[in-house]
Amino acid sequence: MNKVQVSTSINGEETEFLCEPQQTLLEVLREELALTGTKEGCATGDCGACSVLLNGRLVCSCLVLAVEGQGAEITTIEGIAQGDGLHPIQQKFLEHAALQCGICTPGLIVATKALLEKNPDPDETTIRYWLAGNLCRCTGYDKIIRAVQDAARELAHPA
Amino acid sequence: MAEAVDFKVVGSSPIRPDGVDKVTGRAQYGADQNLPNMIYGKVLRSPHAHARIKKVDLSGALSMPGVYAAISGADFPESEHGAIGGEGGGDVSDLAKNVMARDKVLYHGHAVAAVAARSLQIAEAALAAIKVEYEPLAAVLDVDAAMAPDAPLLDENCFTKNLPEKPEKPSNIAAVMQLARGNVEEGFAAADVIVEGDYRIPMAHQGYIEPHACTASVNEAGQATVWCCTQGHFEFRAQTAKVLNMNIADLKFVASEIGGGFGGKTVVYLEPLAVMLSRKAHRPVKMAMTREEVFRATGPTSGTHVKIKVGAKKDGTLTAAKAWMAYEAGAFAGAPVGPGAMSIFAPYMLENFHVEAYDVLVNKPKVAAYRAPGAPQSMHAMECAVDELARKLGMDPIELRLKNAADQGTQAPYGPKFPAIGLKACLEAARVHPSYTKPVPEGAGRGVAVGFWFNVGMQSSAEVHINENGTVTVIEGNPDIGGSRASMCMMAAETLGVDYKAVRALVGDTETTGFSNVTGGSRTTFATGMAVVQACEDIITQCKARAAATWGVDADQVSWEDGHAVPAPGLNVDVKPLSLAEIAANAARTGGPLLGRASLNAQGAGAAFSVNIADFRVDRETGKIDVLSYTAIQDAGRAIHKAYVEGQLQGGAAQGLGWALNEEYIYDDNGVMQNAGFLDYRIPVASDLPMIDTQIVEVPNPSHPYGVRGVGETPIVAPLAVASNAVRDALGFRIADLPLSPPRVLAAIEAQGG
Repeated sequence: MNKVQVSTSINGEETEFLCEPQQTLLEVLREELALTGTKEGCATGDCGACSVLLNGRLVCSCLVLAVEGQGAEITTIEGIAQGDGLHPIQQKFLEHAALQCGICTPGLIVATKALLEKNPDPDETTIRYWLAGNLCRCTGYDKIIRAVQDAARELAHPA
Repeated sequence: MAEAVDFKVVGSSPIRPDGVDKVTGRAQYGADQNLPNMIYGKVLRSPHAHARIKKVDLSGALSMPGVYAAISGADFPESEHGAIGGEGGGDVSDLAKNVMARDKVLYHGHAVAAVAARSLQIAEAALAAIKVEYEPLAAVLDVDAAMAPDAPLLDENCFTKNLPEKPEKPSNIAAVMQLARGNVEEGFAAADVIVEGDYRIPMAHQGYIEPHACTASVNEAGQATVWCCTQGHFEFRAQTAKVLNMNIADLKFVASEIGGGFGGKTVVYLEPLAVMLSRKAHRPVKMAMTREEVFRATGPTSGTHVKIKVGAKKDGTLTAAKAWMAYEAGAFAGAPVGPGAMSIFAPYMLENFHVEAYDVLVNKPKVAAYRAPGAPQSMHAMECAVDELARKLGMDPIELRLKNAADQGTQAPYGPKFPAIGLKACLEAARVHPSYTKPVPEGAGRGVAVGFWFNVGMQSSAEVHINENGTVTVIEGNPDIGGSRASMCMMAAETLGVDYKAVRALVGDTETTGFSNVTGGSRTTFATGMAVVQACEDIITQCKARAAATWGVDADQVSWEDGHAVPAPGLNVDVKPLSLAEIAANAARTGGPLLGRASLNAQGAGAAFSVNIADFRVDRETGKIDVLSYTAIQDAGRAIHKAYVEGQLQGGAAQGLGWALNEEYIYDDNGVMQNAGFLDYRIPVASDLPMIDTQIVEVPNPSHPYGVRGVGETPIVAPLAVASNAVRDALGFRIADLPLSPPRVLAAIEAQGG
């Protein structure tokens, strides 16, 4: 099998990898690059656990071929916290007890970051529809929505 | 029991100690373990719902480059009979045949072979090279077909258990159970009003977002280490040992973080296969299911058929109740029909009742425990019946329930008398709750129902180490599925009198901590929490002795207050209190490191009751239901971590609403599931739900040092009937079966003439 060489940027770092043409970005992130923070829940684009940003756009990495990473900028959960502390979204998820088992959390945090970059002041309905592609089976979403609302306030008016 | 309620830590909502790793992607879940030289395992699954296996030929797979091992049922030893353990029912020899079929496949998706190869792609190609010859057999797909006299048999050696005499012929009825008290015929004769109902609910899946996954590594001495997502690594070790006929001393299980389980990760599927493949391949083997495999071959809970009849006097007093229930076990015996039968009338004082319950084999996946296993389906029938009674009697549904509510001293239908329970407190809270006193929105309907779960105690172990600076390490054996490390740290901090942030909790593997039963039965905060508290009390006893030796007094002349050893009241000595940190710093001179421990088989898990209230709007043109508001009220005994208790109530409500409104296993006539993916098996998403209001009622459990009763399972019980009752109220007629999905609701509306 002929492997393809891909040059990309992941979490701000220039990265090169070899992959087979049919491999998904999710598989390469997890199995080749050891970036296991991105989770597989379905591999069919239905659960959002594998959410990453591809050139700033929210995508399911299970629906992206790894070769599509060529020349792209990719942000995964491992790249959300900058510097010494957590990103405010991560901090608010903790403060609001917005995770129980935590498997959907990386995807939800990446999706929230994409939302708040696009719309810094979303109302509850907007948040619920934006996050409708990220399944959570534990929380009933209540505390997740509150964490996102609080993160939006925090980002607009840093304490 | 602690009388004081002015706790410093208990009842607050601090950030969980494992939180940062879970919001940054560092936390390692079942599929996140990568080892040097590791290869990948995959499973070949049956394309038939029922067939005899004539031949399995692995040679095509084994001859492929990059394939290191291939196995089928012929590679497995005969397993002895015995209880599976964990939370679900069933026999371990059946479990062995479930993880790998032997002479028959019993459901579409049943494992028939497995391979291990250098890459996933090669493994998948190798599966296609395995040749299996089947002799297809007729399949039975629901309890009514399976119980018919001439039904095709899944197991020719299945003779119904618990009958007075062994039946002459085998059948698909694995067991029958009866539960009775008083005289139901006299009770019905004394009734002024009688309601009857007939309810069917299809199979539904736990729907955890993390598929089953494990990595196994077997060394040349035959010693295996298995990393996996599990609700109970000790039970997984025991099950794997039994399936493979191994010594448990040669098996080490390490529980990864777990991405949801809800009962579905209390039994093994992949682990014995990965161990066998690793042994043959001489390399670590990682296996992870696809979502489709999770739907077709793991979990679900029983599809059920429940018939019920309930009688009451004009004043609302229940006089008699009778239920018949049949639960799909799937391919092997072990439907949660016992708890279904024991829970159905548990909320009520009833002098006359009779329950007849059947555990029925069908050609579908073997059911696994699912949050309050068996109770949501049976209690749905009763809570719908009580709703109908209230309508016939012209009584408020909460008043009717209050009039008949079980309380302390009531003899539960399943035997014991209830100690202090919170059902009446929940009903009284519901009666005055704004969600109940506000008018029903125009065009909407309101539903109310009660939920219940027994809760269990079982075995737990805990160790508490005091580090040299006085900080605390708690080691216990229960995978943290929803914040239990935080609860353990809180109970330890409260007991020792130290800051919450000074305590860390670790979930030990099977070689680093003592035996602990599964994280299930809503037992962890109760039973393992009790072990942690006792281990902390062990530390306090030792600290008092160390202080006594330091001060030259007797140990019983030392008290423990607010994290310090202090002279007992009345003791007149001139000494400064010694903090835990000071005692720890001096440990070398007073007897060595401080290590506390406790192990127990916890008794007195208090039953947990709930009351849920919801307002629904039904779109008469499409059959779609909007949940306008939802309120979950539940007795937690005492909430240790308030926000995580609320989270259990909210998550259970959402999961129950999914089951009630949309989720179901849909089969074609050949027994092939048609919706084995999250697109078509649609669990609730954020835009489907409103905020979920909660109220925690606290009627302390006298058996727990802080009054804890389990909270995890009860929340999923009430939503099924709440949904049915709200739709009944909105439409003016009842739709008996679940789920109340748009097609079913629309068909019912059209059948009523629009």
